[in-house]
Amino acid sequence: MNSTVDARGLSCPQPVLLTLETMKKITTGQLIVLVDTDTSKENVLRAAASQGWQEAGVQEQAGEYQITLKKG
Amino acid sequence: MTAWKNFFATRAGIISVGAVIGILAPLLQKLGNPGNMGICVACFDRDIAGGVGLHRGAVVQYIRPEIIGFVLGALLAAYVFKEYRPRAGSAPIVRFILGFFAMIGALVFLGCPWRALFRLAGGDGNAIFGLLGLVAGVWIGTLFFKNGCNLGRNQTTYDSVGWLLPLVMLGFLILMFIFPQIPDKEQSGILFYSVKGPGSQHAPLFISLGIGLVMGVICQRSRFCTMGAIRDLLLFRQIHLLAGVMALLVAAFITNLVLSQFKPGFENQPVAHTMELWNFGGMVLAGLAFALAGGCPGRQLFMAGEGDGDAAVFVLGMIVGAAFAHNFLLASSPKGVGEYGIAATIIGLIVCLGIGFTMRSKN
Repeated sequence: MNSTVDARGLSCPQPVLLTLETMKKITTGQLIVLVDTDTSKENVLRAAASQGWQEAGVQEQAGEYQITLKKG
Repeated sequence: MTAWKNFFATRAGIISVGAVIGILAPLLQKLGNPGNMGICVACFDRDIAGGVGLHRGAVVQYIRPEIIGFVLGALLAAYVFKEYRPRAGSAPIVRFILGFFAMIGALVFLGCPWRALFRLAGGDGNAIFGLLGLVAGVWIGTLFFKNGCNLGRNQTTYDSVGWLLPLVMLGFLILMFIFPQIPDKEQSGILFYSVKGPGSQHAPLFISLGIGLVMGVICQRSRFCTMGAIRDLLLFRQIHLLAGVMALLVAAFITNLVLSQFKPGFENQPVAHTMELWNFGGMVLAGLAFALAGGCPGRQLFMAGEGDGDAAVFVLGMIVGAAFAHNFLLASSPKGVGEYGIAATIIGLIVCLGIGFTMRSKN
């Protein structure tokens, strides 16, 4: 199952909270997370690793990051 | 440069930053800063409010160069590492009010979370109640988060917007050069300088500024945050930030032992009182306000330095809150809580709970 979390413009802990909530719902598949600060990017990647999700790419465009995560 | 960028995001990076802060702050105390107050963001914002005459608490007036360094160091790091992100517009009035009441809570306890740790590392047992209050306040915040509470999205804005708080800080520094401290004089031009009490105790200006700049750089890089440490543990069972906070505590404890600054006990601790309930209650209020606003007072300064206009509003709320705290007799002193400190803490808790209950997204 594929899903997208748009956490742009949200301050801590919202990006990680939304990402983890979505991970609970879809459990496996591909998850794209949109963030717009380096702090959020690091926090989301750290949280993803703790849940067994793998980083499948981070694209930067105009100060925003599109993080692709995969599991299963 | 990439290696350094990555290093600070690692466990070793955050532990190193905590340890550096834990060594430098007691050193600032040795060089003149008040007892168990090598760094205290709340107290130092309060001293700045006094230094520019927003309140007339004669013993707490001094523009603290450490705070200026925090913001300018974070700005510098954000530019060097291409992380400057001008952004604003996430409920600014709410952030101002949160900053306001966070300061009132912190001044009922007498310290920000950083100082709570430094007080503990200096042997002040009263800090335990403050730290427990901080945990309780952040825990309440996590309950709100689990129920959909958030302050809304910010928007990317013009570069100049993110420069405003750093420029205000630069302005304070320039004022210190135009109106330098005159020994034994309470005023120099338009600025106030305490001649007794904690405001009169300070390390040399350039050392304070230099250490502030270093801390601003490393904290921007590592995202060091005391409130975040507790929040992430409670909410996500993550100990990344907590590792840095524990490193700070251990390093400060060892440094205090080396510098003979460790004096265990509850009575007669520097710039502290022994009213357990309000040491706890003040920090419940502060912790909740920090949690809702997404950062401890130090972190708010670093975020303001990297362009976050909402964090800048929180900082201004803290400075104004400090002025009210002293003008309205809310702030504590070594004698105990201020005349109206308890009432203000209760009002603050009601306001913060109101924010938590009402600012929830429907989905």
